[in-house]
Amino acid sequence: MIAAYLLLLMPLVGVVFFALFGHRPRIGRINIKFNAFALLMSFWLALNVHKSGTLVSEGLYFLVDSFNVYLIVLTAFVGLTTSIFSAPYMRHEQQKGRLTEKRLRLYYSMYQGFMFAMYLVLTTNNMGILWVAMEAATLATVLLVSLYRTPESIEAAWKYFILCGVGIAQAMFGTVLLYYAAMQISDAENALNWTVLIENASQLNPEIMEISFVFMLVGYGTKIGLVPLHNWLPDAHSEGPTPMSAVLSGLLLNDALYAVVRNKMIVDGTTQTNIAGYLMMGFGLLSFLVAAIFLHRQQDIKRLFSYSSVEHMGLMTFAFGMGTPFSTFAALLHMTVHSLTKSAIFVTVGHAAQIAGTQQIDKIRGLIKTQPSVGWGLLIGTLAIAGFPPFGVFTSEFLVLLATMQSYPWLTPFLLLGIGLACAGLFRNIQPMVYGKRPEGQQAVEANLWPVIIHLVLVLWLGLSIPQSLSDWFNQTTILISGSAPL
Amino acid sequence: MELIKLDFYTQGVLSIAALIGLTSFLMLGQGRLLRLIFVFALQGLLLVLATALAGYSMENSHLYISAAITLVLKVFLIPWMLQKQVYKLNLHRDVEALKNSTAVMLGGATLVVFSYYVLHPVIQNSSVVLVNALAVGLSLVLLGMLLMISRHHAIAHVVGFMSIENGLFFAAIVSTRGMPMVVELGIAFDVLVAAILFGIFFLHISSSIDSLDVDQMNRLNEVDQ
Repeated sequence: MIAAYLLLLMPLVGVVFFALFGHRPRIGRINIKFNAFALLMSFWLALNVHKSGTLVSEGLYFLVDSFNVYLIVLTAFVGLTTSIFSAPYMRHEQQKGRLTEKRLRLYYSMYQGFMFAMYLVLTTNNMGILWVAMEAATLATVLLVSLYRTPESIEAAWKYFILCGVGIAQAMFGTVLLYYAAMQISDAENALNWTVLIENASQLNPEIMEISFVFMLVGYGTKIGLVPLHNWLPDAHSEGPTPMSAVLSGLLLNDALYAVVRNKMIVDGTTQTNIAGYLMMGFGLLSFLVAAIFLHRQQDIKRLFSYSSVEHMGLMTFAFGMGTPFSTFAALLHMTVHSLTKSAIFVTVGHAAQIAGTQQIDKIRGLIKTQPSVGWGLLIGTLAIAGFPPFGVFTSEFLVLLATMQSYPWLTPFLLLGIGLACAGLFRNIQPMVYGKRPEGQQAVEANLWPVIIHLVLVLWLGLSIPQSLSDWFNQTTILISGSAPL
Repeated sequence: MELIKLDFYTQGVLSIAALIGLTSFLMLGQGRLLRLIFVFALQGLLLVLATALAGYSMENSHLYISAAITLVLKVFLIPWMLQKQVYKLNLHRDVEALKNSTAVMLGGATLVVFSYYVLHPVIQNSSVVLVNALAVGLSLVLLGMLLMISRHHAIAHVVGFMSIENGLFFAAIVSTRGMPMVVELGIAFDVLVAAILFGIFFLHISSSIDSLDVDQMNRLNEVDQ
């Protein structure tokens, strides 16, 4: 458990440290070190869980089991690679005069604040604290969305703040109902603890739990970006600094989905039906299809990829909603590969926008000729996210399709339609950007593409063969969530 | 059921619930920002009373602490901050013309009925206080949203946002005697940070679009220009 405490402590120290020294010239590297430390801690934690199973801290405050430990490692990993990308990116932005020293301090401090909120969401055992941490994640990132202080970015941040704040208030109401239901069977102090709730799930009042879940899904669903509550997402992703888009897309959305799945596990134990799952399937499929259509009409490169995030989160919600062991396994795999691929894409998109000096799709042209590494990175990343073999997204989408054919065969055509639409929507925009005619005077920029390479190689590896240890891990998690092994 | 026959706590909480519901409707019909903020503070005060009453009748000291936190945050600090912003941005003479006020009021009434309908399943196994309190809590949440939808002013949006928080708090206090202490402190911290951030945003918005009319923020959308 020490690893978990250190994991939480380090970003907290970081918030204060960067608030004081965040404007120093080599601060980007120190940010990398903070995140590298967190990754080490998460590995240590994963080893502990691997050796001795589920860990619960004294006083039941923290819980680390196979489900959240894998997300902790993923969070720490994406946090680290994004900070590697962010160091030269922020320096470039500062040189262009888009950022003052004060804002740089704010940026680095809140980067750590956001990481803290994410780790707290994942490690806490208390459903109330989960809510508090989720809200804290919004508060930490809202000023980063408006970091450039353009009218657009302020509008985006305001929308993000209000929509997510109101949305997540619904989740709080759900939590109050959950607490009320749990008070009937447990003492007040422990009634919101997930471990207590899941043990006594069958004794909770099913009707109250159903109402509670509806509120939870709407509340946390706003943060996942489920249609029709997704409006904030493309705005917040497109107007903030690109490292922020990478962590929002790669981490925040996952963690919100994590909160919903935790609640689903309790509700499933209470109702013994898949009512919660049906709701998730409906919302998920709707988001998937709507986002796939919206991909076709985007003019801003970051908005394009944020709609792609909505699409993939919809697919995951759908897969978790089906609730069979097979689909849960697929959803877990998809969560991993989507995070890795999407954050890699945002890194290249950030560099592409710096090369062209704009985020307008029709003004970004000829990337491969100007800076081949960025051009190829964007192209391969898009191939991966669109679900081409042999990348990992292909494997997980294929598994979701198979699981759908097993349980709800009549839904398969919708999924195929969505995947096809999304693929077309991405490529009609990406192809001219990568291959098109290079505008005169376009210069290459300082770029660190190691994060992209590492992420894409990992995704490729997961597509070719899932290592035994990882698949064991997913197996354990699947058993935890859906009750039995997938294979 | 006769109100007189119920015990003191039940009577008190039911009356406060009714008054809190009333304040939400007052907010819906209030076009002046300063009065809107005043009504919001009043709602906070009723909330403090409800919390203290619950603490008194259950002899629960932790409820007194949350009553004190609410008093400081929702009755004094946040209304004071909002008021300061209104004066600073020279908005205290503005009156917002309320469009469709009849429709908004009728919509509000519908939302209250809807809240009772949604929470109907809870009725079978609970007391009269609980059902009413939860329903009033949920209506406060929905009325807060309605307030945000029907107004164009950023400060009115913040008041709506905070009154949603009030509704949640009221539901938690009456139905479950408050959340566990850690959670409550966490929520109070979040509310405080949110209030500060709103203050920062007012400055940013007013310097970028020269007013706090959120209808003017329309650069980002999916509609073809």
